[in-house]
Amino acid sequence: MNLDRFKPKTVYVTYIATTPDKVWQALTTGDLTSQFFFGRRIEIELQPGGTFRFWQPDGTLDVEGKVVECDPPRKLSVTWRVMWMEEMRKLPECLVTYQIDDLGKVVRLTMTEAHQIDLDDRMLEGGRRGWPVILNNLKTLLETGQPMPEFDFMSGAKTAIEEMKQAAREQTGGG
Amino acid sequence: MNTNPKFVYSTLIATTPEKLWAALTDPEFTAQYWGGTRLESDWTAGSRIVFRWQGKIVHDDTILKCEPPRLLSYTFHPLHMEELRSEPPSRVTFEIEEFKGQSTRQGPVVKLTVTHEDFPADSKIFPMISNGWPDILSSLKTLLETGRAIEFAKGT
Repeated sequence: MNLDRFKPKTVYVTYIATTPDKVWQALTTGDLTSQFFFGRRIEIELQPGGTFRFWQPDGTLDVEGKVVECDPPRKLSVTWRVMWMEEMRKLPECLVTYQIDDLGKVVRLTMTEAHQIDLDDRMLEGGRRGWPVILNNLKTLLETGQPMPEFDFMSGAKTAIEEMKQAAREQTGGG
Repeated sequence: MNTNPKFVYSTLIATTPEKLWAALTDPEFTAQYWGGTRLESDWTAGSRIVFRWQGKIVHDDTILKCEPPRLLSYTFHPLHMEELRSEPPSRVTFEIEEFKGQSTRQGPVVKLTVTHEDFPADSKIFPMISNGWPDILSSLKTLLETGRAIEFAKGT
């Protein structure tokens, strides 16, 4: 797969007082992702070409893709197509990469969201709001044993979601 | 098109806006998560703010906005390295937003957004702060949530 066409658009770095194995396990285990990833469960075949999906708590398919690179516990790269929003389903998939660096007593986790088409800021806004919530929740879960208290993220994001759908319709030529 | 670099980073912390404010403005707190750096000021707009590290003043800056516990902004001018001293001061802003927890038994979650801007196009400081803020803010979150900052093996 030619990855050169994917250009990084959103990068988020966090440092977690844990081990690379625990970060890897949290990112790839459904019972753990459901605790920090907006309730989503991951289902992933950990080998290049393997299938990858996220499921919403009510069983709706959330995200779908393929494993591109799998180097436990250092690097995981997957293609990523947002399925829960009809407007987004028609867009070319993006590439999400987790890089896990062992710094001794702490792990540096770098998430990179890369796109193969030019997207305007309205469409990047979902990831730019969502990733800090997800990855800070992951950090809290690994450092304290529990995720952060649940809070109402979606009502504050409603306008941004509508703008994202509109931008996706414009991008795919829909009305 | 504006090519001057701008850094934006958000972190979410299970704490209150008041505790986060104290962590940003109390030198005993900042020393714990900011590699021993003490931030000293009377925290009023227009006042001086200094960063003290191992007894030396490494930043000498001015508070631009101070509205506890929501908004803090100051100039940012490192003095400890000659090549950085010649660069004009940039500006860093801290915004604190509170989300109420959905359960009454649980506390709130606060979102801290750090925006660092007003850099020259060829800034030497910009790449340093881009690496530095995630490190400092990750340690701040850990301190507020667990009572202990992150111990980084590397230098700060």
